[in-house]
Amino acid sequence: MADFQRSAPDAKRHLRQGPGLWVKLRLDPFLLVLIFAIMSFGLLVLYSGSGASEVAVQRQSIRYGLALLVVIFITQMNLRHVQRWIPLVYVAGLLLLLAVIFFGVGAKGAQRWLELPGLPRFQPSEMMKLVVPLMVSWYLASRPRPPSLTHVLVSVLLVATPVLLIAKQPDLGTALLVGSSGVFVIFFAGLLWRYLLAAIVIGAAGLPLLWMGMREYQKQRVLTFLDPESDPLGAGWNIIQSKIAIGSGGVNGKGWLQGTQSHLDFLPETHTDFIVAVLAEEFGLIGVCVLLALYFLVLLRGLVIAGSAAHPFDRMLAASLTLTFFVYVVVNIGMVSGLLPVVGVPLPLVSYGGTSAVTLMASLGLLMSIHARRPQRT
Amino acid sequence: MPWLKMDSQRQEVGQFKARLWWALLFIVLVFVGLVSRLIYLQVIQHQHYVTQSDNNRQQLQAIAPTRGLIYDTNGILLAGNRASHSLTIVPERLVAGRKGIDPMLAELAEVVAIDQDDIKRFKRRLNQPRRPFSPVTLRFQLNPTEIAQITVNQHRLPGVRIVPELVRYYPMDAGFVHALGYVGRINDRELAKLDGINYSATHHVGKLGVERFYETELHGTVGHQTVETNARGKVLQVLERLEPVPGKDITLFLNAQLQQKAVTLLEGKRGAIVAIDPNTGGVLAMASAPSYGANQFVTGISNANYQALRNSDDLPLFNRALRGRYPPASTVKPVIALAGMDTGIIPRNYSLWDPGYYQLTEGGRFYRDWKEGGHGRVDMHKSIVESVDTYYYAIAHLMGNDPMTKYLAKFGFGQVTIADQPEATKAVLPTKQWKRINRSASWFPGDSLNLGIGQGFLSATPTQIASMTMVLANKGQWHQVRMIKEIDGQAVTKVSDIGRNDPKQPSDIKLKRNSDWNSLHKAMIDVMHGTKGTGRRSGANSSYKMAGKTGTAQVLGIKQDDTYDADKIAERFRDHGLYIGWAPVNNPKIAIAVIIENGGGGSSAAAPLARELFDLYVLDAKSQAQSLDKAEGS
Repeated sequence: MADFQRSAPDAKRHLRQGPGLWVKLRLDPFLLVLIFAIMSFGLLVLYSGSGASEVAVQRQSIRYGLALLVVIFITQMNLRHVQRWIPLVYVAGLLLLLAVIFFGVGAKGAQRWLELPGLPRFQPSEMMKLVVPLMVSWYLASRPRPPSLTHVLVSVLLVATPVLLIAKQPDLGTALLVGSSGVFVIFFAGLLWRYLLAAIVIGAAGLPLLWMGMREYQKQRVLTFLDPESDPLGAGWNIIQSKIAIGSGGVNGKGWLQGTQSHLDFLPETHTDFIVAVLAEEFGLIGVCVLLALYFLVLLRGLVIAGSAAHPFDRMLAASLTLTFFVYVVVNIGMVSGLLPVVGVPLPLVSYGGTSAVTLMASLGLLMSIHARRPQRT
Repeated sequence: MPWLKMDSQRQEVGQFKARLWWALLFIVLVFVGLVSRLIYLQVIQHQHYVTQSDNNRQQLQAIAPTRGLIYDTNGILLAGNRASHSLTIVPERLVAGRKGIDPMLAELAEVVAIDQDDIKRFKRRLNQPRRPFSPVTLRFQLNPTEIAQITVNQHRLPGVRIVPELVRYYPMDAGFVHALGYVGRINDRELAKLDGINYSATHHVGKLGVERFYETELHGTVGHQTVETNARGKVLQVLERLEPVPGKDITLFLNAQLQQKAVTLLEGKRGAIVAIDPNTGGVLAMASAPSYGANQFVTGISNANYQALRNSDDLPLFNRALRGRYPPASTVKPVIALAGMDTGIIPRNYSLWDPGYYQLTEGGRFYRDWKEGGHGRVDMHKSIVESVDTYYYAIAHLMGNDPMTKYLAKFGFGQVTIADQPEATKAVLPTKQWKRINRSASWFPGDSLNLGIGQGFLSATPTQIASMTMVLANKGQWHQVRMIKEIDGQAVTKVSDIGRNDPKQPSDIKLKRNSDWNSLHKAMIDVMHGTKGTGRRSGANSSYKMAGKTGTAQVLGIKQDDTYDADKIAERFRDHGLYIGWAPVNNPKIAIAVIIENGGGGSSAAAPLARELFDLYVLDAKSQAQSLDKAEGS
């Protein structure tokens, strides 16, 4: 008690010295340190997962650099001025998603990309990961909370429309992320528990009806999706091999660059969606737990930012972005370890690839920006 | 009252913070779940997965199904499978990994013969998408000496494996390739189209003909097994096995003996023979000459050999029976006569005086008959027996295009008549519309004259001509012309029985007067057995009766004042000889079309070949039937 009393005035004095360097830069040192730690660990694993490819590591580093620029750009924006453009951007996003369905290009049976003349190829669904939570937050922020049933239903519509368009491409991973980011906003707007309960009950009751309405081949497809190991030559191969990689890693791992599963080409997509299997094989349980701890700290920081935000818009957005980050982690690791069905969700800040890294960093940038305009205690 | 607003705001913030706590609880619970899963995999199940990953001892291998066999109608094997040993490399097992491939190839070249072609194709296969640890073939068909040499040197060739597999083998090789087609290595384009899982252990796919059409039935369903291997990939133990389902066996109508005879008869010639059983529509023989060996395509033909085949002037790769477009010439005269009679445009007793030529107008162009000086008075019967061109110029002029093309269509011209030969073409049936579209010109009377003698724009494949012969022999009754007789012992009367699309086939021909068939048959019998019949030399001295029609197709237009002199004209410009016919006449067992390119007249070049085939098929069937009778009687 005495300690506390003595130290409290000191802390106040520190605050009185005026805004520090970080505040001026509007960046959050906590998040930045965590991001750098995850990225460095990621590059280490990527080097191994890409078959000791220095080119891959270089490219990924360049992407990280670009993504950091995106963070700085977003943190410098004034959120209040940006807000009024949100509905317009949302409508534009929906139109782009429609355009993907009609004019999109893609590979492996999915249409995800849009090629507009004069612009580089891009994935409209990717930007919806940010636009949807922004839109729902904007909508609910100017309405009484907890939201009335009408407002909840409008919000659900705002979420469901882009989700269905994305699921049609088909891109289940992105649809899942976009959908959950929107649903989290509704939850944090103070959605009444009874509505939440009702939604769960209706969903649970609807599933058997949907199942009975499906044709035999559709059922078969769902079953293979849920249990890929029933199809060992096809969809199950990846899961079987990644489980072997994780399990054989043990507590301590086989050592960096020593993973047999990844280096003998048994493991698929070792540098993208399945990179955590490489990590688990080479660094063992300890390695994965370190990564999970870093992720947990990011989430904790996100929740703290959400808790200290003043405006309802900021609060809901920050909490939703944090929880979406959490979904990335859980779906990816759950999939690779055989707990969840296979959907294409990358491991945040670790998987090789530019698009998802930029979106993720943009959402972390939004978090920092929210943090920067929290009420300053004086 | 601002305090009320403050209060509700505080209440809301409190509620939000409560939600954050709930979220944190959720996150913690899920993370605990994830960590538990990892502990389960990495601690509790650790040993299990270590075993599995230990040099990946357990491997899932796809097992190729055995390809279905193809038999002739009497159960003689036409396409079988034989063991072949391939030299393969598993790149993942090389000491230096992929980097070790070139040194290994150099080392192997000292042990067995490997040429640049092999290496080029090996590298191509290597770069195709494949399952890790699956062997990549370097050379096929190792001989026993080579196998021994590799085995002896195995210790210094880690990653090299000899893989036995079953590959297609055609016992009769060249003679049957135009009837059966062949299988070959799956190429990139086919790989994209095929079901990747079902073909994951299959290396060959039907490329042409029956092999291609019945690919689904012949291929079967892939199986798989989980095996335990040692570090070098040698199988120690099979843990679990799902047997592949072998492909179905196929029986064709093809008669190997007849086919072989047809091939022998065509030796040294360019041409085609197609024989059909008029009772079923089954193809008894389908030969095209010259031909090429099918077996070389199974294991991969060398580039030099392939170029030689491609560049040969005689076009051995070209399937004349299915794709050769020939003017059917006089062989269509029975159909033209029938068109005239059945439409009523030409009276059945129509006759004319033949001076040896025909003119559309007084002083106009001469349309010559093949016989200088003419045939005198000619009626329908004589016009067929002696193949009088003048008669057909006249009735063609009277009819014009429509009746002739309508009746030719009823006999299958301008359509693909065979159901299960994907390469078959429909050639050309020149309707007025066809000429307008393809020649941008209207139909002239002179075109009708040429059509009347089966020349000009009209063309047909030997298979189409044989189909026409079948319908003539059947007095208008169609059967689906097809190779397939049975699949796995189940009779196939139409390819739609096994879920394929039937070709559009004309319906059976019903004449206003059925007796017209009889007069046609009588005339065609006299072609073979009459004193003046054009095919009489081939019909003579037979114990059974046959019906037929000869044809001679001009390859080169003869100028008005020239007389035809076969010797002076270069071989390539000599006439094509054609023949159609069936036997025996009272109960047709076989209908034949013969075409000999640049062979000269049909009566001398084509008809004698058909006679030999008739003799073989009819007499042999007769003697077989007799011996059967005897066996039953005793």
